[in-house]
Amino acid sequence: MAESKIKSWRNDAREKVTGQAKYTDDLSFADMLHAVPVYSDFVHARIKRIETKAAENYQNVLRILTAADVPGANRFGHIEKDHRIFADDKIRYWGDVVALVVASDRESAIKAAELIEVEAEALPSLHDPEEAIKPDAPLIHESHGSNIINTHRIRRGDVEEGFEDSDFVIQRQFQTQFVEHAYLEPEAAIALPRPDGVIEIYGSMQHPFSTRRFAAAVLGVRLADIEVIGTPMGGGFGGKDDTAAIVCARAALAAKLTGHPVKIRYDREWSIRESYKRHPYRVDYKMGVTSEGEIKAVQCKIIADGGAYCSTTPWVTWRSTVQCCGPYQVPNVHCDALGVYTNNVVAGAMRGFGSPQMNFVVEQMVEIAAEEVGISPVEFRHRNMVKQGSVTVTGQKLDDHTVSMSEALETVIDEIDYENKLKSCSFGKSQSDELYGIGLAMSYRGMSLGAEGMDFCAAIINAQFDGSIILEVGIHENGQGAQSAFILLLADELGVDRDRIRYRQPSTSTIPDSGSTVASRGVLMGSNAVLAAATEFKRKVSAAVSSILKCKAQDVRFADDRIYGRDEHHSISFDRAMHVMFLQQQFPFAFGEYRAPRVSWDEKTGQGKAYFTWVYGCQAAEVMVNKKSGRVRLTNAVAAHDMGRVINPGMALGQFYGGMAMGSGYALSEEIKIEDGEIVNLNYNSYRIPRSVDLPDMSAIFIENPDPNSPSGAKGIGEPTNEIMAPAIANAVYRATGKRYLKLPIKIES
Amino acid sequence: MKKLITLSVNSLEHELAVEANVSLADVLRYQLGLTGTKKGCGIGDCGACTVLMDGVPVFSCLVLAVEAQGFDILTIEGVAEGSELHPVQKAFVEVGAIQCGFCTPGMVLNALALLDKNPDPSEADVRLALSGNLCRCTGYQKIVEAVLTAAKDMMKEEAQPEEAK
Repeated sequence: MAESKIKSWRNDAREKVTGQAKYTDDLSFADMLHAVPVYSDFVHARIKRIETKAAENYQNVLRILTAADVPGANRFGHIEKDHRIFADDKIRYWGDVVALVVASDRESAIKAAELIEVEAEALPSLHDPEEAIKPDAPLIHESHGSNIINTHRIRRGDVEEGFEDSDFVIQRQFQTQFVEHAYLEPEAAIALPRPDGVIEIYGSMQHPFSTRRFAAAVLGVRLADIEVIGTPMGGGFGGKDDTAAIVCARAALAAKLTGHPVKIRYDREWSIRESYKRHPYRVDYKMGVTSEGEIKAVQCKIIADGGAYCSTTPWVTWRSTVQCCGPYQVPNVHCDALGVYTNNVVAGAMRGFGSPQMNFVVEQMVEIAAEEVGISPVEFRHRNMVKQGSVTVTGQKLDDHTVSMSEALETVIDEIDYENKLKSCSFGKSQSDELYGIGLAMSYRGMSLGAEGMDFCAAIINAQFDGSIILEVGIHENGQGAQSAFILLLADELGVDRDRIRYRQPSTSTIPDSGSTVASRGVLMGSNAVLAAATEFKRKVSAAVSSILKCKAQDVRFADDRIYGRDEHHSISFDRAMHVMFLQQQFPFAFGEYRAPRVSWDEKTGQGKAYFTWVYGCQAAEVMVNKKSGRVRLTNAVAAHDMGRVINPGMALGQFYGGMAMGSGYALSEEIKIEDGEIVNLNYNSYRIPRSVDLPDMSAIFIENPDPNSPSGAKGIGEPTNEIMAPAIANAVYRATGKRYLKLPIKIES
Repeated sequence: MKKLITLSVNSLEHELAVEANVSLADVLRYQLGLTGTKKGCGIGDCGACTVLMDGVPVFSCLVLAVEAQGFDILTIEGVAEGSELHPVQKAFVEVGAIQCGFCTPGMVLNALALLDKNPDPSEADVRLALSGNLCRCTGYQKIVEAVLTAAKDMMKEEAQPEEAK
């Protein structure tokens, strides 16, 4: 395979391959205490009393913390401040934490936790969002006045007219499941009370700045009083934002109140019990098409189970609305999305963020429609897909970057030999027990946060007078390789060897709040901040050395670890240039900031420029389905995405394969099972993520069209590769079995 | 009641007082400070805690520390020789098999054991050997490629005449 020729590099590979990298639980501090969360057996209940006496008297226990011990806000959240740090008035889900036991050793804390008794009045619990939105349903958050967390809509054209103009109207209902991120490293946090009064936090979280917000709110202190240190983490995938921040905030509280460093390390069972999941969706979808295969109208209703707390449900469902028609032009759209409170586990951010669910729907709907009309699904896609200058269903004109939907589709079709392989599909009939099928799916993904929120990022270049360089960017290293991408980009910009650059993972006190490392925005936002800092850095250095190089500052060039004047005869080494800066009392230091281009949104009509740029991608899958066992085996997968400039090809490949693997688990094996409010599958033995033997050798293709919306040229890739795997597999399963599976995970009756 | 045991880890002998029910993983991590051995599930289902006992991969979260006496235990910290990475480690770095890195130590040790038994494995052999080690980041592709690359490199090294080494 051609990809094996691609060189890979990352700055932290050596420390990770030798076991030296220090993740949160690998750290320990003198006088450190251990804390563990306490859950109750209730799912929905009004708390009367939490009896802690016996636990307090247990050996080595120093303190039991409950909501009553929180000096600041016990209720917090990104959007709605409804997430209880400790359950106070009610228990709203099985993962709600009622107390924290702090002891000198973890084993004592665990044993003492079992002695805590929760006296509460059990309330009827709601586990089906459709039940929860009935007018007579009990309220989960009384003060919210409704179980509906939020609504979003798109109103475009006139759908009634659109359906009248259609020759075929197709209607289906789809359903998706709760999914666990299953990062290999469970939540962990250490908080240290510093002599200067600052609480320092190390933690497995992908958003140091929101961790700081949560901790400061809980302690009732200001942001400068908390310092969150970026710590290597064992995966996040969107899942280590708010609930991971809360684990850190609880450690901060315990540290503040005991005066000791406090570590909280989660067992896998606690992690799965408490942490938020991918939203289950129920989607009613109606599509009208003409006999020429033109989509005239789409009406859809999306109901998302948000679980017990709001978390990021309004943002997740917003993306679903924007992408409710996939990458297709539809003149008449009526879409309603609802996020709903239930007493299920909290639902929040997960790689894809509301798009995997919708793509599962749309990419099957277009194939069902194509079949009704009697044209090939590929041809149907070509007729309706967005093209250069097209207008999206939210009214955004795609004319300021390369719209490469067709290129992505054709690339994958060629690579996997789609048209030929179509002929071998079984459609439920085969001589042997095995049925063969091939399928594909495509999407466009709005990059970064879009109209969800503020979107800006900072970078700091701090070169030293000996020529070495320290780089910091306000993006967190989740394991994806953000640091290495930034180093490579800076090395390229300054024309220096990458070994000259040392990356320092900043703390929340050393770099401005650059937002969360989510939404595939890490490299997109970070690289442009680095570019801005590099530009400023070069301006300063050029001004300092131009007289030595006998040229104007604007003619100075940076290459080959040297700095050149007007020709190769006039140059000095980078080291020497830094020394010149010293002699001139100039700091070789630059701050760079990047603000995402403007976006817009009208809540009433669901119209606006939702995202400043888009990634176009297509993926295909081949499957074998065993007639007897019903087992689906993924035998091949190909992906092509237009991700703009690829900075670190080896790590970009990792994002492809990892996304495809995670998407295949979403399609075929993963499902958090909740019975009477309790999660049944709390560990990897019962929650099955793909293993090495479940996956084939996959192929990844980069499409690198330039995009003026991103000055560095980079866009992002973490989520696009994840969001279309399930529909590609569903379409392959259809061609193998002859049956449409509209519910995830796909389960085939043998 | 603690028991006094002697563990041989990475060729060093350690005399330790341990609880009878404590796992090898916990002793390695929290008593010896060898935190390269990771814990992801505690029930032998993720493989992050894989170490070698007399060359055989085990889930150290399922092995009692007291049972590990008398074995040569190899953890990730003992794989490289000084600053010289083992060919398996080199291949992981060069091929790009590392992302978050949490599964990496277990993967490397399992690969070591595989190549010891089977120096020329097929892709399917590698996938089977690593099937007890979960990875959520990489889709396994680069990890499998790294192990196959290491096998080739090690065979090449083996094939060189002694004086050329």
